[in-house]
Amino acid sequence: MADRELTYVEALNEGLREEMRRDDSVIVFGEEVAASGGVYKVTKDLLKEFGPKRVLDTPISEIAIVGAAIGAALNGLRPVAELMFFDFAGIAFDQIVTHASKMRFMSGGQVKLPLVVRTQYSLGRAYGSQHTQFLAASFMQAPGLKIVAPSTPKDAKGLIKSSIRDDDPVLFIESGALYVNRTYYGYKGPVPEEEYLIPIGKAEVKRSGDDISIVAVSRVVSEAMAAAEQLSAYGIKAEVVDLRTIMPMDYQTVLESVKRTNRLIVAEDSVKTCGVSAEVASHVCEYGFDYLEAPIIRLNSPPMPAPQSAELERRYMVTSDKIVEAARRLVV
Amino acid sequence: MIRLLSPQGVLEGEPDPTLTESKLVKIMKDMVAARVFDDWMLRIHPMGRVSRYAPAEGQEASMVGSAHALSEVDWVFPTYREFPVLIARGVPLVELQNRMFANSRDVLKGHEITLYGDRWRRIVVGAGGVSLMAPIAVGMAMASKSAGEKSVFIVYMGDGATSKGDFHEAINFAGVFKTPVIFFCQNNQWAISVPVSLQTRAETLAVKAEAYGIPGVRVDGNDVLAVYTVVRKYVEAARAGGGPAFIEAYTYRIGAHTTADDPRRYRSEEEVRRWRELDPISRMRKYLTAKGLWSVEEEERFIEEFREELRKATEIAESTPPLKPAAILEDVYGETPWYIADELEELERYSAETL
Ligand SMILES: Cc1ncc(C[n+]2csc(CCOP(=O)(O)OP(=O)(O)O)c2C)c(N)n1
Ligand SMILES: [Mg+2]
Repeated sequence: MADRELTYVEALNEGLREEMRRDDSVIVFGEEVAASGGVYKVTKDLLKEFGPKRVLDTPISEIAIVGAAIGAALNGLRPVAELMFFDFAGIAFDQIVTHASKMRFMSGGQVKLPLVVRTQYSLGRAYGSQHTQFLAASFMQAPGLKIVAPSTPKDAKGLIKSSIRDDDPVLFIESGALYVNRTYYGYKGPVPEEEYLIPIGKAEVKRSGDDISIVAVSRVVSEAMAAAEQLSAYGIKAEVVDLRTIMPMDYQTVLESVKRTNRLIVAEDSVKTCGVSAEVASHVCEYGFDYLEAPIIRLNSPPMPAPQSAELERRYMVTSDKIVEAARRLVV
Repeated sequence: MIRLLSPQGVLEGEPDPTLTESKLVKIMKDMVAARVFDDWMLRIHPMGRVSRYAPAEGQEASMVGSAHALSEVDWVFPTYREFPVLIARGVPLVELQNRMFANSRDVLKGHEITLYGDRWRRIVVGAGGVSLMAPIAVGMAMASKSAGEKSVFIVYMGDGATSKGDFHEAINFAGVFKTPVIFFCQNNQWAISVPVSLQTRAETLAVKAEAYGIPGVRVDGNDVLAVYTVVRKYVEAARAGGGPAFIEAYTYRIGAHTTADDPRRYRSEEEVRRWRELDPISRMRKYLTAKGLWSVEEEERFIEEFREELRKATEIAESTPPLKPAAILEDVYGETPWYIADELEELERYSAETL
């Protein structure tokens, strides 16, 4: 069957809808998700189709939203809870890190926690320091939690479906920039008509090349794809590896790519200090040192809060230009 | 404050009609058993194999009374102090001791310091943090309610827990969604060394419920008849669709906070003595003795029997082999990722060298 073009938001909405049709135990709740269909329309019309027992607006209570999702998951449902901004996951940090990720372990394997916490980070939308943070790295210290961050409509749909079906808690990070920025590779794209899943824990080579590996995730995959295109004009064949899942990380796909290209850029939206890129780079240093012919370059936000001015934000965050410049430095 | 039994053991009100004579005796036995258990744990703790114990002395009526007011389909969220609840719920002593010794038969596989947890007995593994289970209980109750079940969820918490944000979000949530949750708060006057006057300006803890539009009551937590009666009333109301309630059981922690604490540093002997006069067990003893349902001799015989059972359970737990190191790596995810499985080799080599 032919693929259609869907936006990132439409693909997420379709993924949620299909899983809710498939399984009555899937419920959706959070702030603004029901009557308004979500601030960004990801949950549009779910209330209409599935009714108020399965699609619920909640009080503004991030702790209780995640806590209730844990409880619902313990009691046979597959809740999809939404935190409006990733920044607010800090409020629910305890529920995610101390409870969701550990209850299977604490109980000696007596319980499973099939829950999804959906959220989005808005770097790239000039929202300032309190509404833009990509905090994935802060949650990587919570084994037991899975962390997923899709970069395209196809992955977004396939991964939200897999996350809902997964028996472990999943922190599902969407990119607010991919919701709205039409220039991005990940804003809109082909999505199969037929049923499909994207496995959690598997990275994907989004573009093949022999000269350099660019490992990216979420919004930055779009920057990396644009950079790879520009690099081809310089005769540099870049390979773009999209992590897709941050925990458990697919280290093998990264290592295999580096084994072929011998050069690595890791580009993503954490601030640089102890970001996701630090984990990727240190793993490659530890287990793939011999493959490297040049030092690894990490491209991140600088270790400081994000500015609000769009002008400044463009300088602050990872862009295709920065990736191109770094790649040209590495491939001489 | 609701009280049905005076400190002298005289009935002053109308207890719940389900408190039959045999139930009264069972409740008495569970309270006595809890006290013996406490004493036992405090004695074996210095031997070093039990890492920590939080005594319940003084709070037996609150714990046992509330536990007996539940039905089998109800779910319990204990804190670190609710051994009496587990005893009242019928958890075998061997299982409790396997847990305390974290041996190879520990249901939790030595993964958590919490008392216990068993989904089949509908006891949720407690959190180490104060009040953190409240939102989770609300979510479970929401799921249960939407499935048309008739279970009620009781969250045990302390006075200190009422100061926490997660508690307030949870109780508000429970009110909004009218979920069958009982917030059972034992105001034992202390949160480790901090008195309840430093937790809140409010005159009672029960009053906090009012702002959330749900019932809040204070009950004499040393009066087991009152605790049972009040808890049962709100549990059954919740079961019938009436939504949540907050119950403050006014009581006192006679012992230390845990085996790591020395309360003499922060409170007077005089205060403890005054509360000892309100002892929940002697109050019930007077009442049952007057009714001809209990006697000192019977109590002594029961204590002997229970202590013997406990001694055997402890022996069994102590002689059960320890957990294998690989247990550390179990149950992190449903399917163990390769990089966690890889740790096993390292772990076993390391343990072989050091253990
Ligand atoms: C969130 C959190 N903060 C602090 C602690 C440390 N702590 C353990 S017990 C306790 C006191 C709790 O008092 P209360 O809620 O009255 O319960 P009680 O021990 O009296 O039964 C504290 C502060 C904790 N476990 N969790
Ligand atoms: Mg207390």
